[in-house]
Amino acid sequence: MNKTIEIRWHGRGGQGAKSASAILAEVLFEKGKHVQAFPEYGAERQGAPMRAYNRVSEAPIRCRCGVQNPNVVVVVDSTMIESEHPSYGAADDATYLVNSAEDTVVLRSRLGVSENARVIAVDATKITLQEFGQNRPNAPLLGALSRVFDDVPVDLFVTHFTGKMDKLSAGMLDANRRAILRGRNEAVIA
Amino acid sequence: MSDKNMVMTSGNLAFAEAMRQINPDVVAAYPITPSTEIPMRFAEFVANGRVTTEYIPVESEHSAITACVGASAAGARVMTASSANGVALMHEVFPIAASFRAPIVFGLVNRSLGAPVNIHCDHSDSMPERDSGWIQIYCEDAQEVYDTVLMSVRLAEDARVLTPVFICQDGFITSHCLEPLEFLPDEFVRSFVGEREPLYPLLDTDNPVSYGSFTMSEYYFEIKRSQMEGMINALPVYNEISKELAKKTGRLYEPVENYRADDAEYVAVIMSSATGVVKDVVDELRIEGIKVGVIRVRFFRPFPKEDLAALCRGKKGIAVLDRSASIGGTAPLAAEVKSALYDLPEHIPLQEYIFGLGGRDFYAEDAKKIFYRLINGEYSAKADFIGLREGKKDNGNA
Repeated sequence: MNKTIEIRWHGRGGQGAKSASAILAEVLFEKGKHVQAFPEYGAERQGAPMRAYNRVSEAPIRCRCGVQNPNVVVVVDSTMIESEHPSYGAADDATYLVNSAEDTVVLRSRLGVSENARVIAVDATKITLQEFGQNRPNAPLLGALSRVFDDVPVDLFVTHFTGKMDKLSAGMLDANRRAILRGRNEAVIA
Repeated sequence: MSDKNMVMTSGNLAFAEAMRQINPDVVAAYPITPSTEIPMRFAEFVANGRVTTEYIPVESEHSAITACVGASAAGARVMTASSANGVALMHEVFPIAASFRAPIVFGLVNRSLGAPVNIHCDHSDSMPERDSGWIQIYCEDAQEVYDTVLMSVRLAEDARVLTPVFICQDGFITSHCLEPLEFLPDEFVRSFVGEREPLYPLLDTDNPVSYGSFTMSEYYFEIKRSQMEGMINALPVYNEISKELAKKTGRLYEPVENYRADDAEYVAVIMSSATGVVKDVVDELRIEGIKVGVIRVRFFRPFPKEDLAALCRGKKGIAVLDRSASIGGTAPLAAEVKSALYDLPEHIPLQEYIFGLGGRDFYAEDAKKIFYRLINGEYSAKADFIGLREGKKDNGNA
């Protein structure tokens, strides 16, 4: 039986973690995987800490509880490293994708994870500020995730982002497309 | 993937999609979390001309269900949805709907009843309605929700049953989780559900009838007795309908699901979405040679007493997991299970658990602990709690 990959997103309300987890699920579903995407709903307000989860498997997924032992942790806002302890319960060799301008050595130390963990840094906030003047880091983070799920072409992330965000203007969608590609290219993996 | 129409969707959106395909005559609704997306999505279908339904936005849940009862008595095919305190506000009207034999199909997205205000799942909203005369079906996942909507229209309207149906799914856990499921073609759904052929519609002015008339002690009892007949017929009729749909889908849903329970020594009895993680744990423990199984109660009304008792025969121990409490009494599922076991010749040790109130999560470790306690013969006369923070007691993952 194939192992289920579990993903935990740490973000703040309004940063797009819920949408990003849904887009990731749709992309992997299109690649033929069994998937789940669900947010942990709390008091829904801008800036409040929130979590979202994904499960990805070759087999149907029955378990519906929150992810306790993630294989992949996405930190949408690096101020949450100290406040939310993203490494809690994660496997020793987990992958951490962090939206940060800091280098991976600093991030590894802040996260408190061993050399066995893979740390990916991408300055997603800077990318979206440059591309469309807003701090909405989910597009570059999805681009960086295409390096984690490396059997999935990055174009699929673009297609599904565009499909999900169909209320955005054509200009915004194009800016997000560039942001996804930059997230993939500018991610530093250590 | 096969050529099936697999889509990524959620329990709520699957319910709304089934409604679009069924195209009911009347929907009256007052949205409430976590079932909001059902009337929201359906209102889009109405606004965009995808359905011809008369959509009645009302000013309260009480008005919503009242409009549904009127329309159903008039002969219309009627659907609605609600949760939690919205369901509670409808309470007065539920027994009237059942007594009118109004075959309303209702999406009940389970959410805890306040206070304190809490938007998350438990079964404290649907369980108080178990004596309202409605059929209650509890679903484990979004696919089951979708399939159950199609079956419920037929079940509710069948002349042998003619009883309204609650289709329960766990709030957020099932209603908001995105997962792949199969939608059936529109033409298939339309032919499967057919048209409602009302028996005594108010709008048939050539054959006038009265609904809501006054009846004292001389007839009330007989009317209640005839109402019970519909509920008695529900399971045999359901079994016909579910087999017919399974021919198309390959998915057969029994009133009580038997997951590796036949040769199990110990079983957990549970409902709805939390079943999945217990199934995973059963598979894991089976690899270690520990004979455990799961019995999932899908129909709570009518309660499939004989099926459940047959599955429980010969077990060394049973754990019953309730996602609601009956404060001062036995929790609803445990009370039904114990009642069903009374007729068995043997006495089976049974432990009652209450878990997941207000959306408290339920993990694999919790399920494992429950099985190990059964195996170690740890029973208490009172219900135990899983996932509760209480003093120094080890109640699992809190």
